[in-house]
Amino acid sequence: MSVAREEFVFVQQLVRQKSAIVLSDDKDYLVESRLGSLAHKLGMDDAGGLVCTLRSRRDPDLERQVVEALTTNETSWFRDRRPFDVLTNRVLPEMIKANSTTRRLRIWSAACASGQELYSIAMVLDEHFPELRQGWHVELLGTDLNEEMVRRASAGSFTTLEINRGLPASLMVRYFVHEGASWTAGPALRDRARFRSLNLAAPWEDLPRFDVIFLRNVLIYFDVTTKADILKRAARQLAPGGALFLGAAETPNGLCDDLAPVPVDGTVYYRAKKGEP
Amino acid sequence: MKVLVVDDSRAMRSLLRRILTRAGADEIQEAGDGREAVELLETGNVPDVALVDWNMPVMNGLELITTMRRRAEWRRVAIIMVTTESEQSQVVRALAAGAHEYLIKPFDEYSLIEKLEMLGFQAPASAGAGSGPALSGQKGIEP
Repeated sequence: MSVAREEFVFVQQLVRQKSAIVLSDDKDYLVESRLGSLAHKLGMDDAGGLVCTLRSRRDPDLERQVVEALTTNETSWFRDRRPFDVLTNRVLPEMIKANSTTRRLRIWSAACASGQELYSIAMVLDEHFPELRQGWHVELLGTDLNEEMVRRASAGSFTTLEINRGLPASLMVRYFVHEGASWTAGPALRDRARFRSLNLAAPWEDLPRFDVIFLRNVLIYFDVTTKADILKRAARQLAPGGALFLGAAETPNGLCDDLAPVPVDGTVYYRAKKGEP
Repeated sequence: MKVLVVDDSRAMRSLLRRILTRAGADEIQEAGDGREAVELLETGNVPDVALVDWNMPVMNGLELITTMRRRAEWRRVAIIMVTTESEQSQVVRALAAGAHEYLIKPFDEYSLIEKLEMLGFQAPASAGAGSGPALSGQKGIEP
C-alpha cells in the first residue's frame, strides 16, 4: 500500500509542527521510502500502515521516530567552513610548494557519504588553485562503507534540499548543472573525484599516502580501541608534511600519540609526528 | 539582526518568521509584495537582511532587488532570494541583479541558517546549523 494523499498531508503537518521543516508536495516519494524503511524496522507492513497507526493514536515516541526519519540532516557543503578556509589559505599553498617537483597532490575524504565533502574540496582546488589544472596530477578519493552512498557520490547528483545546504549560489551555478529536479556536479568536479567503498575498521588495502586526509565526524561510530587504531593508521597514511582534519568536536587526545596538533585560525589540524613511518 | 521578509504567501512568511525568531532575529518585518517592501524601506527602518520571493504581484522580487540596489541607503542590505524558481539562468539573473544568495524552495531551516552565516550573521557556539538555530551580529555588505 502506498501513502495516500491525506496520509501524506498528515505527515507533512506533523513534520512541520515538530521540526519546522517543510516537506513540499512532491516529497511523497521521501515519505514513502523513509517511512517504508521505518515501518519494516518496527514490524509493520509499509509506510501506509505506519501512518494509519500514527493517526489512530497519539504516540509521541513514534511521532519522534517519524520526524527523525524524514528530517535527517543532509550533509552540508563546506561543512564547518573553517577546515576549508585553512585548507585554502594555509595547507594547500604549503603542499603545492612542497610538491612542486613531483607535481602530485592526493586528498582523501575518508567518510565521504554522498560526496559533498570531496566535491567541496574539488571546488576549492578549482576556484583557488587554477595552476593545478595544468601539469599536475591531482587525485581526490572519497570512500565510504556504504555502497549506496558510494554510488550516489559517484553519480554526483543532488536534490534541491541537498544543494541548498551551505553551497554558495555562485558556486552552485558555476560547478553544477540543473537537470529536472536535480543538480549534477559538472566535469570540473567529477573529472577529479573518484569514489570507492572502504571499511575504515578493516585493513586499508591499495591506498597511497595522502597529502590531506579529511576524517571528520565518523570516529563517533567506533569503539575506543577501533578509534585509536584508525587514528594511528591515518597518521601513517599521511605523506610527509601531510595534514589530517578531524571533526570540530573530535580529538586524538588520549587515543593516539602519533599526531601533533597545528592550531590555526580558530581551528586545528594534525600532522604525523616526526619519526613516524 | 533586523530582517525584512517579502513573500506573497502568508504561510511562507509565517514559516520564515518562525525560523528567524528561533535564529535570534531581533526584528522581523513582513511585506506581501515588492511595492509593500519599498514602502516599508521608505520609512527609514532599513533591515540588515531581506529574504525576497521572486514571483509576487504588483512588484516581483527581481524588480525589488534592482530597486534596492539603485538606492545608496539600501545597498548595505544583504539579500537572499527565496524562491521556487530553480533554473540556473534565473539564479544567475538574481545574483547579477544584486542578490547575495539564493535559496530554492523547498528548503529546510538549516539551509536558511547557513545562508545567513555565509553573509556574516554568525551563530553563537551553542547554536547554528549543527544544533539548532540562533543568530546574532551583523555585517554590512556592499554589492
